[in-house]
Amino acid sequence: MTTTATRLRVMATLAAFVVGACSGGFGGSSSAPSASAAPSASAPASAATSPSASPSAAAEPVTLSWFVDDNNVTQARLQGLIDAYKKIQPNVTIEIETHPGGTDGDNLVKTRLSTGDMNDIFYYNSGSLLQALNPSDTLVDLSKEPYIANIQETYLPTVSANGGIYGVPTEGTLGGGILYNKKIYADQGLQVPKTWAEFAANNDKLKKAGIAPVCATFKDTWTSQLFVLADYYNVQKAVPTFAADYTVNKAHYADTPAAQAGFAHLQEAFDKGWWQKDYGSDTFANGQKELANGTCAHYPMLTFAVGTIATDFPDKIADIGFFGQPGDDAATNGATIWMPAATYIPKTTTGAKLDAAKQFLAFIASVPGTEAMSAGVAPSGPYVIKGSTLPDSVPDAIKDIKPYIDGGNNSPALEFLSPVKGPSLEQITVAVGSGLNSAAEGAKLYDQDVEKQAKQLALPGW
Amino acid sequence: MTTGTRGAGPAGSAPAAPLPAAAAVGARKRGSRTRVASSYPHWFYLPAAIVFVVIFVVPTLLSFWFSLTRWTLFTTEFIGLDNFAQFLREPSLTAGARNTLVYGVVTSGLKVIIGLLLATLLTSRLRVRNVLRSIIFFPVLVSTVAVGITFAVLMHPSTGLINRTLEVFGIDGPQWLTSPDIALLSVALVDVWKGVGIALVIFIAGILSIPEDYFDTARLEGGAWVRFRHVIVPLSRNATFTVITLSFIGGLRTFDLIWTMTRGGPGFSTDVLASTIYKQYQAGFYGLATAGNVVLFIAVTLIVFPLMRFFAHREIEL
Repeated sequence: MTTTATRLRVMATLAAFVVGACSGGFGGSSSAPSASAAPSASAPASAATSPSASPSAAAEPVTLSWFVDDNNVTQARLQGLIDAYKKIQPNVTIEIETHPGGTDGDNLVKTRLSTGDMNDIFYYNSGSLLQALNPSDTLVDLSKEPYIANIQETYLPTVSANGGIYGVPTEGTLGGGILYNKKIYADQGLQVPKTWAEFAANNDKLKKAGIAPVCATFKDTWTSQLFVLADYYNVQKAVPTFAADYTVNKAHYADTPAAQAGFAHLQEAFDKGWWQKDYGSDTFANGQKELANGTCAHYPMLTFAVGTIATDFPDKIADIGFFGQPGDDAATNGATIWMPAATYIPKTTTGAKLDAAKQFLAFIASVPGTEAMSAGVAPSGPYVIKGSTLPDSVPDAIKDIKPYIDGGNNSPALEFLSPVKGPSLEQITVAVGSGLNSAAEGAKLYDQDVEKQAKQLALPGW
Repeated sequence: MTTGTRGAGPAGSAPAAPLPAAAAVGARKRGSRTRVASSYPHWFYLPAAIVFVVIFVVPTLLSFWFSLTRWTLFTTEFIGLDNFAQFLREPSLTAGARNTLVYGVVTSGLKVIIGLLLATLLTSRLRVRNVLRSIIFFPVLVSTVAVGITFAVLMHPSTGLINRTLEVFGIDGPQWLTSPDIALLSVALVDVWKGVGIALVIFIAGILSIPEDYFDTARLEGGAWVRFRHVIVPLSRNATFTVITLSFIGGLRTFDLIWTMTRGGPGFSTDVLASTIYKQYQAGFYGLATAGNVVLFIAVTLIVFPLMRFFAHREIEL
């Protein structure tokens, strides 16, 4: 009971941060040299020197095993960290063990934690998925570690539970919205849309020109959720209390028109024939390829895909841009952002391994750590480490996120504001996007799915 | 060293042989019969019983308990029958139950028809019958997951081999796995392709056990049709019942092929009971998923027990 109460309080605190503080926090990572630059410059410096400053860990060789998902971009980024850390701490060897992504990976992580078989450190989502791991019982509390001060305060609630802080961010923030092909936009004389109506008009023009307006890759069902999840910025603009009411069973997708809009977008895309021909059988990899090659003009996606496109299609990456999923009003145009996944230490890690793990986490949560990650793979968006900056070499699509963060017109996705997230959303969005269900039916199905999850989590009010 | 051990083998086993090598065949037969009749001491059953209790009975009873709890892997909390109420409200459950039945009926029906026809063909005096038997049985040996992944590629609407081939003949191939109308049937067809070898073997055994006299009579009475219609079909009824029962149970429990080919999609249109349950495990709702398995267990029992009793009454003595 206390667990859920605290969890709710954490979510509520974060919700309070959202509108104002978030933008302020991210401002620190921009080039704006302000008062915040002074403290942030000193903090990472101390964190960066601390590993080499402690001779105890360097004396005995230690091997740490890191449990991570098998995504290429994740691997490349973490390899960047490992390579850089090897130079600072030659005695510490870090080995990666991979697991499948998605729900299969969630179950592996839960099983290992509950049986005490977890690796020395592991990489996992922040927000609602972390809460399902019972962090205060299974993970090492890092709130007393000095390097927590390097992390922007707005991020901390997403890795906190019961007053403890359990993880350090191990990627950049991610923009969730529309990746688009700028070359097609230039050729067709299109403008980046500020409203959904403009987006729809662009798509009609593209369809007339014989280009598939929007890529859908329903074979990898998770990719179908973006129109709903990335619409959250617009939902909270229309209904500011949605996250809080939704968490306590007072607001739902079916009875909140602004929330149902995401499902309506999927239905509209199907009805108007925006998807490419093989949308049902195409995979995430197909989608990135089609966007890069210009056979699709838009791809609703998270910006971590930019890293893969940069690796697989280096000559096409300059053609890729990003914009937030447009809503009804051009004046309030903005973007939904995803908080970085983090690295955690399970309570089963003890002794010399625990010390080595904590020092490695200190490196991750430092400016040199973010530079090592950027060296591994193009970042998905600005880091939440104070004083860190994005390299000038980042792809244009990543630079496109910055105005939303600097301007404050952004919101964390709903999964960082509420523990409630139904597990079947991806099947429902495929069904609506394939014309099997209407938007209203989809919203209703999702409300039932959400209710089931809330009951299984024993949340109050359900 | 090696030769020494080898030599010890036959020498050591010789005393165990009950009778000298010169004993009459009849004597040996009598000897073995008495051994069968003598029952083993009860502790002989113990190893098997322990394995059965530990690996089957205990988990089954435990799962009945867990189906009544909210189980997160970290904690369990008793919540009565809530999981069952929740599972029976599952929106994809009705469609899943219907799909499961359709899948079970379609696959077992096709396996009986195709298996019986092939068995008739391959018990005739066909020169290449052994080669054909091997070819038809071969898919049974391949991993189901590999078959599923391969066919998912072959059935891709525009780049798959099947639709490419149809294109050569000017046919616009269907969306095998992404059209909700035919996706389930596509998977069922692959299941039949993979599983018909088992049905074939059972039918061949059934046909070969029919006494030759019946075939001689059929030869006098008429041609191949009489042989098939009035000898093979009625007298391989036991084999037919076995094939139906096995493939129907297999169809009701089907999961691996569905999961590798469509994951229950598009949407929920090819979900079967097993995939609906698996998704609850995936979501971390372990108690709910276990309740689903209890429901599946009861449903399969309710369907298969009457079926087996029905068949048992109609078994024939050859």
